[in-house]
Amino acid sequence: MAEIQAETRGRLASLADSDLWHSFKGSPVTIASALVALLLVLGALLAPVVAPHNPFDLASLDIMAANLPPVWAEGGDPAYPLGTDDQGRDVLSAILYGARISLLVGFASVLLSILIGVSLGLVSGYVGGRLDAVIMRVADVQLSFPAILIALLIDGAARGLLPRDLHESLALYVLVFAIGFSGWVQYARTVRGATMVESRKEYVQAAQIIGIGPATILRRHILPNVMGPVLVIATIHLAIAIITEATLSFLGVGVPPTSPSLGTLIRFGNEYLFSGQWWISIFPGVVLVLLVLSVNLLGDWLRDALNPRLR
Amino acid sequence: MSLLEIRDLEVQFPTRRGLFVAVAGVTLTVEPGQILGVVGESGAGKSTIGNAVIGLLEPPGQIGGGQVRLDGRRIDDLPDAEKRRIRGRRIGMIFQDPLTSLDPLQTIESQLVETIQIHLGLDLAAARSRAVDLLRQVGIPEPELRVKQYPHQFSGGMRQRVVIALALCAEPEVVIADEPTTALDVSIQAQILDLLRRLCRERSVGMIIITHDMGVIAEVTDRVAVMYRGRVVEEGPTAKILGDPDHAYTRALIGAVPRPDVRLHRFPYVDYIEGLAGKPRATLSLREHWLGRSRDFGQAPGRDGGPLLEIEGLGIRFPMNNAWLPRNRRYLDAVQDVAFSIGEGETFGLVGESGSGKSTIARLITGLYRPSTGRIRFAGTEVSALTRDRDLNPFRRQIQMIFQDPFSSLNPRLRVMDIVAEPIRFHRLAGSRREVETVVRDLLEHVGLGARAAEKFPHEFSGGQRQRICIARALATRPRFLVCDEPTSALDVSIQAQILNLLKDLQDELRLTMLFISHDLPVIRQMCDRVGVMRHGRLLEIAATEDLFERPQHPYTRELLSLMPRFDGLSREGLQVEDSGDAASPSARDLG
Amino acid sequence: MISFVLQRVLQSVLVILAVALIAFSLFRYVGDPINAMVGQDTTLQQREELKERLGLNDPFVVQYGRFVANAAQGEFGISYRHRRPVSELLAERLPATLELSIVSMVLALALGIPMGVYTALRRDGALAKSFMTMSLVGVSLPTFLIGILLILVFGVILRWLPTFGRGEVVDLGWWSTGLLTRSGLAALIMPAITLALFQMTLIMRLVRAEMLEVLRADFIKFCRARGLPSRLVNFRHALRNTLVPVITITGLQLGSIIAFSIITESVFQWPGMGLLFIQAIGTVDIPVMAAYLCLIALFFVLINLIVDLLYFAVDPRLRVRRGRA
Repeated sequence: MAEIQAETRGRLASLADSDLWHSFKGSPVTIASALVALLLVLGALLAPVVAPHNPFDLASLDIMAANLPPVWAEGGDPAYPLGTDDQGRDVLSAILYGARISLLVGFASVLLSILIGVSLGLVSGYVGGRLDAVIMRVADVQLSFPAILIALLIDGAARGLLPRDLHESLALYVLVFAIGFSGWVQYARTVRGATMVESRKEYVQAAQIIGIGPATILRRHILPNVMGPVLVIATIHLAIAIITEATLSFLGVGVPPTSPSLGTLIRFGNEYLFSGQWWISIFPGVVLVLLVLSVNLLGDWLRDALNPRLR
Repeated sequence: MSLLEIRDLEVQFPTRRGLFVAVAGVTLTVEPGQILGVVGESGAGKSTIGNAVIGLLEPPGQIGGGQVRLDGRRIDDLPDAEKRRIRGRRIGMIFQDPLTSLDPLQTIESQLVETIQIHLGLDLAAARSRAVDLLRQVGIPEPELRVKQYPHQFSGGMRQRVVIALALCAEPEVVIADEPTTALDVSIQAQILDLLRRLCRERSVGMIIITHDMGVIAEVTDRVAVMYRGRVVEEGPTAKILGDPDHAYTRALIGAVPRPDVRLHRFPYVDYIEGLAGKPRATLSLREHWLGRSRDFGQAPGRDGGPLLEIEGLGIRFPMNNAWLPRNRRYLDAVQDVAFSIGEGETFGLVGESGSGKSTIARLITGLYRPSTGRIRFAGTEVSALTRDRDLNPFRRQIQMIFQDPFSSLNPRLRVMDIVAEPIRFHRLAGSRREVETVVRDLLEHVGLGARAAEKFPHEFSGGQRQRICIARALATRPRFLVCDEPTSALDVSIQAQILNLLKDLQDELRLTMLFISHDLPVIRQMCDRVGVMRHGRLLEIAATEDLFERPQHPYTRELLSLMPRFDGLSREGLQVEDSGDAASPSARDLG
Repeated sequence: MISFVLQRVLQSVLVILAVALIAFSLFRYVGDPINAMVGQDTTLQQREELKERLGLNDPFVVQYGRFVANAAQGEFGISYRHRRPVSELLAERLPATLELSIVSMVLALALGIPMGVYTALRRDGALAKSFMTMSLVGVSLPTFLIGILLILVFGVILRWLPTFGRGEVVDLGWWSTGLLTRSGLAALIMPAITLALFQMTLIMRLVRAEMLEVLRADFIKFCRARGLPSRLVNFRHALRNTLVPVITITGLQLGSIIAFSIITESVFQWPGMGLLFIQAIGTVDIPVMAAYLCLIALFFVLINLIVDLLYFAVDPRLRVRRGRA
């Protein structure tokens, strides 16, 4: 028992002493971006609790409070700190709920990409031969098409295939699929490369000599050793996925208007830019940039910290 | 006044855990026409000295004290621009790996001409003819033609010659060669060493050769400095240091070098380098132990006393390209028509240069590759014909392997416990979790690591300790046949001695049969009963070890033997020569 | 060399055929082409006749072959929405998209490569660090947001530049250019910057990463040990070796400029193919989508082919190895 405790303490101590933690502590920018990201994620998760208004409760909308500027501008109302849109919807609350959607789509599509990319990469790298050639050729072709174009196509095809009302209710899933499917290639290529390196290493041969089967070798030996770069890509990919979602929604092919994401909010607000109501689109834009920037900064730090050679 | 004088040099690397002193109090001198060897094991700080002299320490490294003088003038405190003028012009440098030392996108000529022009200010035509001259001097045939080529069109040995030519462009007075032959095969190594010695004499250049290899030291150096943990422990004429060393570390180091000329029963005790965690464990009686318990494998050898492993007409070919049309495919015959057999309890050696196919044979026997032709018979069963896991598993249990690189042969994400337990669990050799763990701890104890090692991760161990973990894993299935593929070539010589001793002990205790693969003839001589010589995928000669070394039959074998470094004046103090009659008792368990 | 190029061309053709297959499947199975052509009151009989006449009852392979043959002649059918031949629509809008993309490409390369080299060489300099920080902000700014910000500042507040359209264009045969008029150039500034900014930051970061990698190589250390001045080491040896991988990825990036122009065109109402495409998605105008897809594939394949040829020019290892084979 005492031994186990000593063991845990040892592990905590080694974490506190690890290079990762040390480089985190030593970088104020990283700490700041971690805080910003945490704040935004918490705000989005707890939107129903912390938002001052419910932007989707039509009964609570007050048309008299429409087009109010932010609180510090002339004519602002303290009840609506970041102003309201043309229907009297509170911009701050809309942003909190919107960030929820953005994050949800972002995380879900990154997970989908990882799932597809890592499994194809593992198989491709370990099995090799024709299968590998086919998978990598497909990946090459897909890589030469930007993710956003593929996402647009998938979304476009879904619009054609699904009846209108069904598409409305499935839009979120279609979006996640479109973004997730357009992003798997990078994982697959990285994991394939790492798998080929690892599977040539002698610990894998040792396992093969013992007689252990390919599935177990992939899961137990290779997968844990290729996850480092996957983590780095995933962080940077999360930023890209959030941008892609925002872009698609801005183009009007993303999430349905009934559950607006940050991109949708910017699209709505864009129409009022010329008539002077800049806050409707700029505030969601600022939050979007903050979110993406902090995730990117974290990803950058993680890449450098896991790969000390690059510093 | 010496040509190059290093006085009381200290090099430090600031880290966040404090100042790491890589080199301290090093004093060395080099005279014109003389070769100074700096020898030491990995981490001894020998390369750092070379980098410090030419002012190219990797940041954040810095010179913390002492002086470097060239021809009496101090050079370590010069401004960067002047240091640069000394590099190449007065001090040339040669690095270890010729494959990565040249710019792949520039012709040899443009790299030579550029360096010549920078230092000597010649016009283009003169620089070009000098480039061709240099290539001729370093022994590159048809230099006028080859100077127009790119680095990738040269072989490894030829590239190292080009590197030497580049280092000599501006007639430097001092040349520092950092492991100049480590990446090369032994036959090429001898040529390059010859070249270096000749250039040094002819041009009366002062040369420092940095190496871990006692053979290189014995071959070419006039004086030698022995480094240990950042300090020079002993310095003097090569013959004196090798023949009659004063310092205990030097004695230990020389004792650990495998002898090409005599067969020792075991290597002398080297404890100076890597203290081991475990305690002596002479109390363990192997015959009763789990490892020694009757290993009922089901099959006995075919005939009584017959060979355990028989190989006939073995061959394998690999596709070289990925053409879809069969007629466009090209193949490499990595192993062709190899036949030998190994008797129970015997150690059979395979020796050859890189690419000779010896490791491929190891992988064929252990089932990592399927042979294209021929048969592998183990204990009377033709294992190369089996395909189903159910049929193969009993043999996988009996044949285990130890690999070359101890850093890549352990999964870094698993604890040592899980690494060693994996084969036991897979083959269901133990009844309960408790039993598995007991067995693993015993195994670790047995290979000299101590039971506590089980809770740690591989990165917490040094190279030699990792190799012990690998041995424990290989023993975990209680195998009767062990394939050792260059098990010590990635290790320092003192660690090599310990590992070889351990393998010898285990073989005695467990009556293991071994296939021992190495490029290192002295090691082969120490370890094997019979030896096969390989070249280009074919087996040229098989002979009993002593016969092979004393009376080689095949010309290639004779060539290999002639290239083997001779340590004629080497100290023999404290060695137990096997045929000395004193049946040195193996119970002197000096590993623990 | 020739066999390598042939092999590459063959591969490109396969890629285009595969994309055409996707485009055809879209055309044929997503949305019903008959529905899109006829009115509500057409009888089932008439529909069947039309189907037969258009060859929609033929086997899949035959239909696909016909599609490819038509596409090769630039024939992609009639737009459902515009009721005009798709090829005409695309030809009208091609110059707008190409002018925007090429200007942005030049901008991104001309700024991105020098900045990448600079940040790699002066790794710890203040300017290099601020470049790096700016580039992270650049990567984090979605293209459409850059456009909106530019419109807000230079269009709405300062009123210096037009916020939409292409300005006046001059017709040169079938090509209409905006590069020759004042208003055309003014209209190009903001979209070109919007489109170039993201690519520029990417190229800069890529060049920096590759260059740092090369600077760590043994041969660079050997160059220094021979006493070559840093100017030679950095530019003759390091930069040239950096360019090999940079060319490939830059090629891919440039391809994506054409795709990203969809966003820019839609923010600035730039009358190019991207805008046409995004409208087609909104209205499920399948022939336009299919044609755009094929055209984009053609662009990408061409860019990839050029990249491969550039590789030959830069890397002697390829020249020799392939030359022998």
